[in-house]
Amino acid sequence: MQHFLWLVPALPLLGSIVLMLGAGRLSHRAEALTGVLSVGLAAVIAFAIAGAFLLHPPPGAAYQQALWRWFAVGRFSFGITLRVDPLSLLMMLVTSGVGFLIHLFSTEFMEGEDGYGRFFAYLNLFVAAMLLLVMADNFLALYAGWEGVGLCSYLLIGFWWRDPANGLAARKAFIVTRVGDTAFLIGLLLIASRLGTLNIAGAMREAAHTWHVGAPAATLIAFLLLGGAVGKSAQLPLQTWLPDAMAGPTPVSALIHAATMVTAGVYLIARTHVLFLLAPAAEITVGIVGAATLLLAGFSALAQNDIKRILAYSTMSQIGYMFLALGVGAWRAAMFHFMTHAFFKALLFLSAGAVTMRLHHEQDIYRMGGLARRLPAAFWSFLIGSAALAALPLITSGFYSKEAILSGAWADGNGGRVLWLAGVIGAFVTGIYIFRAVFIAFFGEEHTPVSGAYGWRVVMPLVVLSALSLVGGFIELPPAFGHVTLLSRLLAPVLPPTREVTDMTPLLLASAASILGIALAAALYWRPSRSPAETPLWRFWHGAAGFDALYDRLLVRPVIWAARIDRDDFIDRVYDGVAWGTQALHRAIRRTQTGNVRLYAASLAIGSVGLIAIAVLR
Amino acid sequence: MILFWLILFPTVGGVLAWIAGARDPDAPRWVAIAVLTLELLVALPLIGAALAPGHGAWIAQFDHSWIPQLGISFELDLDGLSLVLILLTIVLSLVCVVISWTEITDRSGLFHANLLWTTAGVIGVFLALDLFLFFFFWELMLVPMYFIIALWGHENRSYAAIKFFLFTQGSGLLMLVSILVLVFIHQRATGDLTFDYLALLGTKMSPTTGFLLMLGFFIAFAVKLPAVPFHTWLPDAHTEAPTAGSVLLAGILLKTGAYGLIRFVVPLFPAAAHAFAPVAMALAVAGILYGALLAFGQNDLKRLVAYSSVSHMGFVLLGVFAWSTLALQGVVVQMLAHGISTGALFVLVGALQERIHTRDMRRMGGLWGMVPRLSACGMFFAIASLGLPGLGNFIGEFLILLGSFQASVVFTVIATFGLVAAAAYSLLLVQRAFHGAPQEPAHHRAIADLSPPHLAVMAVLVVAIVGLGLYPQPVVDEVAPGLAAVQHSAAVSAALPEHVAERAP
Repeated sequence: MQHFLWLVPALPLLGSIVLMLGAGRLSHRAEALTGVLSVGLAAVIAFAIAGAFLLHPPPGAAYQQALWRWFAVGRFSFGITLRVDPLSLLMMLVTSGVGFLIHLFSTEFMEGEDGYGRFFAYLNLFVAAMLLLVMADNFLALYAGWEGVGLCSYLLIGFWWRDPANGLAARKAFIVTRVGDTAFLIGLLLIASRLGTLNIAGAMREAAHTWHVGAPAATLIAFLLLGGAVGKSAQLPLQTWLPDAMAGPTPVSALIHAATMVTAGVYLIARTHVLFLLAPAAEITVGIVGAATLLLAGFSALAQNDIKRILAYSTMSQIGYMFLALGVGAWRAAMFHFMTHAFFKALLFLSAGAVTMRLHHEQDIYRMGGLARRLPAAFWSFLIGSAALAALPLITSGFYSKEAILSGAWADGNGGRVLWLAGVIGAFVTGIYIFRAVFIAFFGEEHTPVSGAYGWRVVMPLVVLSALSLVGGFIELPPAFGHVTLLSRLLAPVLPPTREVTDMTPLLLASAASILGIALAAALYWRPSRSPAETPLWRFWHGAAGFDALYDRLLVRPVIWAARIDRDDFIDRVYDGVAWGTQALHRAIRRTQTGNVRLYAASLAIGSVGLIAIAVLR
Repeated sequence: MILFWLILFPTVGGVLAWIAGARDPDAPRWVAIAVLTLELLVALPLIGAALAPGHGAWIAQFDHSWIPQLGISFELDLDGLSLVLILLTIVLSLVCVVISWTEITDRSGLFHANLLWTTAGVIGVFLALDLFLFFFFWELMLVPMYFIIALWGHENRSYAAIKFFLFTQGSGLLMLVSILVLVFIHQRATGDLTFDYLALLGTKMSPTTGFLLMLGFFIAFAVKLPAVPFHTWLPDAHTEAPTAGSVLLAGILLKTGAYGLIRFVVPLFPAAAHAFAPVAMALAVAGILYGALLAFGQNDLKRLVAYSSVSHMGFVLLGVFAWSTLALQGVVVQMLAHGISTGALFVLVGALQERIHTRDMRRMGGLWGMVPRLSACGMFFAIASLGLPGLGNFIGEFLILLGSFQASVVFTVIATFGLVAAAAYSLLLVQRAFHGAPQEPAHHRAIADLSPPHLAVMAVLVVAIVGLGLYPQPVVDEVAPGLAAVQHSAAVSAALPEHVAERAP
């Protein structure tokens, strides 16, 4: 099977190229078919590869396919080589599978839009870049996918280019994440110069040999990689781009939040967990960043009225859980939550898209209302997605993955308990904010009339994702519920085990927290009121604790100011000064050229006398 | 002999073009295309020769006595480094002819003569290994370029042309003084009066003298590169020049500065260059960031691209003074990639100016809706210029950073901030020119998208930059022996063990 690895990223890439070159020449139907089939085929091949992988695990637990030698200079050689081990396999399946469903949904959602083909070209490229990211065997190719993902987010967030606000959001996403990317790149330079290779497996082996736990170099590199991860995954302090990223069409948000982009940081840290195990300081920082972000984003989500913004903050918050898991060494739990989150977050965004496409792109939940009766398909999908997000016990996938994270944190000793508490508070807040949206948008009075109807291309992805959001968690069950460990066994060759917890306390407390959250939301918003009063606290959380304003004052405005005052380049004024001085000198000396012979004779005489005097007196 | 032809063809071709221009304004274009195609056919077989095993760094040589009394000879040598730069020169010159088809209608004979003479001068610079001959070509390429700016330029052309001339001429004088002193020192030591580069390598001199002579060369090349603070001629010259002039300046002439640093400054004065490296690297980093800041602040689209060159050339300077194999390979790739991507951006700005008669981004916006192909090409090359992996510029920047990281962690880390800055100004360019709402309703009237010849040029450049990004190995292999040779001669003349000059970690 490993000879077909290249097809998985190549097909979407090919689709993208065909769509770009065929811009303006292909019919909508052809564009949709190219876009969907290329990713669909890639997904089919990915599943076939996964099937072969599981039936006959390859030696070394990885498929590998060298495509070509990218470049080799001095002692470094970089290949474009694909490597699929269980971790990559999981990422590859989710990216291509969920990516396919989002593509299918988009063919209907984007119907009649200007730039239909361009949309699918970018969407295909996005999936291709993400697949390269997760399948690369060396850091440089991973970085290529990493940057490619950033580019596609820029292209798609700014897809509706006529509105400058979208362009601003797109540039913000690219530039903020590039700050992280730059840290990542410096980390790569350090890895290359210290370990002599950028091959991921090779570098990890070498690191484990060379450095002891707590070695400064390992710590520094781990922090730099974390810098890259917080950028792409929208964690503190580089989280500000994500809420604005909803300027793009809704399926784009689904793709960014579920199948690609924001999970890249989680993947990177899981992929380089050897380094983080060598750098406990960095690892605990990952956990703290996750905990802080999940709380900040959770509270911010409470103070939003835009349904997509609520979901955007919920993504930040859920990725925060994954970081928390990585920080306490619950590697497998992080990947478990990545998978279930991909299902329910894609579901939530697509069902939100299904709502707004019938409401003339109305996104304010206070102007929806009563949609449960009018849009049952969207309602049930959104409800299932919300239940999974809020980790409704027993019947949702989100419950099992969040439980795995929280029990991992609980088992991590004293430091872990603090993070655990943050996670439980987060679970409580999650229940409130998402069911607040459910009750306000889907119950009560109707505020905006519904129009149009759904085709199968909208309904089918919703149904599949709903099913996955419910049962997707059953591949990994805690000891108390039958102890299924399919995912753990799959990931066993790559990621170290999570500490097992047999104590029921954390599980019960976390379940109680999410149920309480949902109940509180029901109590507060069952009869939705007017939009909330703008108290200072509400404004504080609405603006996500003021990070945007802070960066704006601290960084953006000074740079713009400097660029503006120096538009004409003050260095050039120095040369102007030289030129002016020369001319002034010229004018001054020209004055002496009067044509007056007596003056010439007099100055000649004075000069001669002076020279002789100097010669004699010296 | 083949090397002599490489210089002779465009020189004679220029005369022919001028004569042909008297009969038919389009005739010089065909003459130029014919000459450059011939040139390309002559140069291309040299690629194979370079990769064939069994010879040293030099692929081809030509030596003819010129002024034997003064030890000056017409000595041309070609290694892989010269070859790739010459190929870039020929290709970009062809591009210039094609894109000037509709833009230059006035005195097209003289224009193409100047274009071909510039090409001849540049190729001479890349080939000459006699210092006097090198200086001769160095000055020679300046004159036709001056006329291209002064005669066919935009509003403020004579100011820009004079500024360009003064900067390069003034700094060239410093180099001439350095050359002469170097030759006399060598004569005093050996009794042999010669301008031969290979003979002058390893001339012994006091550190102070070496430093001053090195500075003379360095300033000449730093002005051309350009490095901060000698960069201020560049935005004016680039902006005021006609499109072909900007493409030649950015694509090729700037590279002569980098070439000079690699070929002459470090090998001739390794100890002085080593001592000077921290200063040069500081200037490089300053150029990367300051150029980016200036690019970010511009309203004139062409000035933005011009200042982005300052930023990109900062990476080149950084790589040269890091002086490791990785960094030098990066410098070569960066030069090629910058030549292609910035050249393409200038072509697009020129095409845009031809259509909407302005370069002011405050009067653009929303062009995607009117000229989607032009806009898509503009976005593509803006993205190339911000260093997206998969495109040539990334390989150059990455290798330079990887190579300089061994030499100076601090400067390299500061230089990486340039990547963020490049994203800021490149995407701002895309936003202000192509996205958003059209700023002037007058421009709502239909304007034509790129013409087939322009599209063909864009296709070639896109393929080139993608090829360089996905498979740069042929270039790396082509220039490896030449770079190894300059590193070797620098190491020998420094009389240092090689690993010190190589600066392995």
